[in-house]
Amino acid sequence: MSTQARRAERRAAPKPAVLSGEASAGRSASELTPSGDRAGYSPTEGLQVPKAEFDFKPLLLLGAVLLAAWPLIGSSSTWLTLSVAGLAMGLIIFVIASGLTLIFGLMDVLNFGHGVFIALGAFVATSVMGGMADWTASESLMSNLAAVFAAMLIAMAAAGALGLAFERVIVRPVYGLHLKQILITMGGMIVGEELIKVIWGPLQIPLPLPAALRGSFVIGDASIEKYRVLAVAIGLVVFALLLFALNRTKVGLLIRAGVQDREMVESLGYRIRRLFVVVFAAGSALAGLGGVMWGLYQQSVTPQIGAQVNVLIFIVIIIGGLGSTFGCFVGALLVGLMANYTGFVAPKVALFSNILLMVVVLLWRPQGVYPVANR
Amino acid sequence: MSAVLELQGVHTHIGAYHILHGVDLQVPAGQVTMLLGRNGAGKSTTLRTIMGLWATSSGAVRFRGRQIGGPKLEAGRPAGSAQLATPDIAQLGIAYVPEAMGIFTDLTVQDNMVLAARSARRAAELDSARLEWIFGLFPALKKFWLYPAGKLSGGQKQMLAVARAIVEPRELLLIDEPSKGLAPSIIHNLIDALRQLKAQNTTILLVEQNFQMAKALGDGVAVMDNGRIVHAGAMAQLAEDETLQHRLLGLSLGAHQ
Repeated sequence: MSTQARRAERRAAPKPAVLSGEASAGRSASELTPSGDRAGYSPTEGLQVPKAEFDFKPLLLLGAVLLAAWPLIGSSSTWLTLSVAGLAMGLIIFVIASGLTLIFGLMDVLNFGHGVFIALGAFVATSVMGGMADWTASESLMSNLAAVFAAMLIAMAAAGALGLAFERVIVRPVYGLHLKQILITMGGMIVGEELIKVIWGPLQIPLPLPAALRGSFVIGDASIEKYRVLAVAIGLVVFALLLFALNRTKVGLLIRAGVQDREMVESLGYRIRRLFVVVFAAGSALAGLGGVMWGLYQQSVTPQIGAQVNVLIFIVIIIGGLGSTFGCFVGALLVGLMANYTGFVAPKVALFSNILLMVVVLLWRPQGVYPVANR
Repeated sequence: MSAVLELQGVHTHIGAYHILHGVDLQVPAGQVTMLLGRNGAGKSTTLRTIMGLWATSSGAVRFRGRQIGGPKLEAGRPAGSAQLATPDIAQLGIAYVPEAMGIFTDLTVQDNMVLAARSARRAAELDSARLEWIFGLFPALKKFWLYPAGKLSGGQKQMLAVARAIVEPRELLLIDEPSKGLAPSIIHNLIDALRQLKAQNTTILLVEQNFQMAKALGDGVAVMDNGRIVHAGAMAQLAEDETLQHRLLGLSLGAHQ
């Protein structure tokens, strides 16, 4: 009995996670309390408060995957080539999936129609870049990039506009009804796919890279495709912008708060539906951007592209933790790297590497690598 | 003495369950009205109904004479609903502290406060004098200003929940069992804070199980049972009349005294 009690006490002892105000007040008052008599007091100024400790384990997992692949592949140059390819693919998937995870997190909407925005973006890109043939054929990197960015912007605008209509017509009537959401959004995607066939035809359309973006940089024995570097750069910029928007703007705070507790956000006087429309359109626009990037990565576009990527992005947001942007980032990189590594090391495993990854991650963290609280 | 908030024959259904059976309640301006009653009497449901989080299925909720809750006027005429949406109710000047506190645990204390202040886009835009006053009431919030709110203790979370409701002046506060799980010394702080709010002419409707706290704060009192108000009057009268307490609140009351 007493042994048991002692053991329980020991187990309870190292629990610094919850700050007990009274206990820590005496200990840390000197370091934490700012001089109160300053004029124009700003509460954050001069406070030496430690920030939240960040959970590094998922990032360590990412590093472990990178390191573990090295001896398996054997050659450093091949490893570098595959890693860059994996990161590029991962970041493209992240761009596509980031909107989906917020849409689910904020409004509990399972949007299986997300793929249609990817397909639309990719097909708009074929038209825009086809129309700018002079720009893409030019050897000048600047005019090549101008064509790519024009295609991306127009694709985002088109996908965002379709997203607004999709939310209004298809999603709004089925708030709170998961089964109906799955059925009707899938139906919406099929209709969208058929409409794309009507406009662009049912066949695969080539989407060649502009002249200056073809080929590779050669570093030692490793060859790194130029486009993949561009994809990594764009992916990182999107990630940085998203993090900034979510952490530093009030709309971003509202989105993060809404993912946790929708009802409380409304009780504070904010119309969460309006916020959701914004998120849905922005998420659709990002999927359109991702579609352009994916199409250029594959250098061709088919009407089925949406359905193909759909499974992948659901795996990513489940691995990441539904609703978590940072988790989506880590999950997408894991999926991208695994696909490229297994494709080289064990091509047969590559067929189910994503599912395998999801199973392993969920055994470790059933709510995803960064679980969203209150869910 | 006019009523800021008035409930008239309010019925609320949650799914198939009929929870409120015609609640009549007056909350006079500038006073603290206590809502007491056993578990499951319908106190929390009453607050949620006022906030529009549950729809009023019949009867009416009026705030400053304006109807904010009520059933659809005519079937098939969606525009005829007298029920305002929750954000619109909040914007009229009603702040709500739910029983579960509704803290955004992933966000910092600061960000929780910025969200509660509708006029502020960032921390620098918070009213600094008012913030100082809040820090005076709840010093822990100042200390843990940049901590994720999820790291706060239960009592500190409760402080934050109340602080959020008062970060900007609101006309009416709805607070659901703030004393739950708090140490007596912290309850004391809370009583002090609510007294100061009352002195600033804020109207408060407070759900409470702790009779000591109710006695210390309440001007008026309403006692609920089975989804109805079974007694309404002055707090002082109920505090003195032990037989009445016994009849309305049962034996459990003794445990608090």
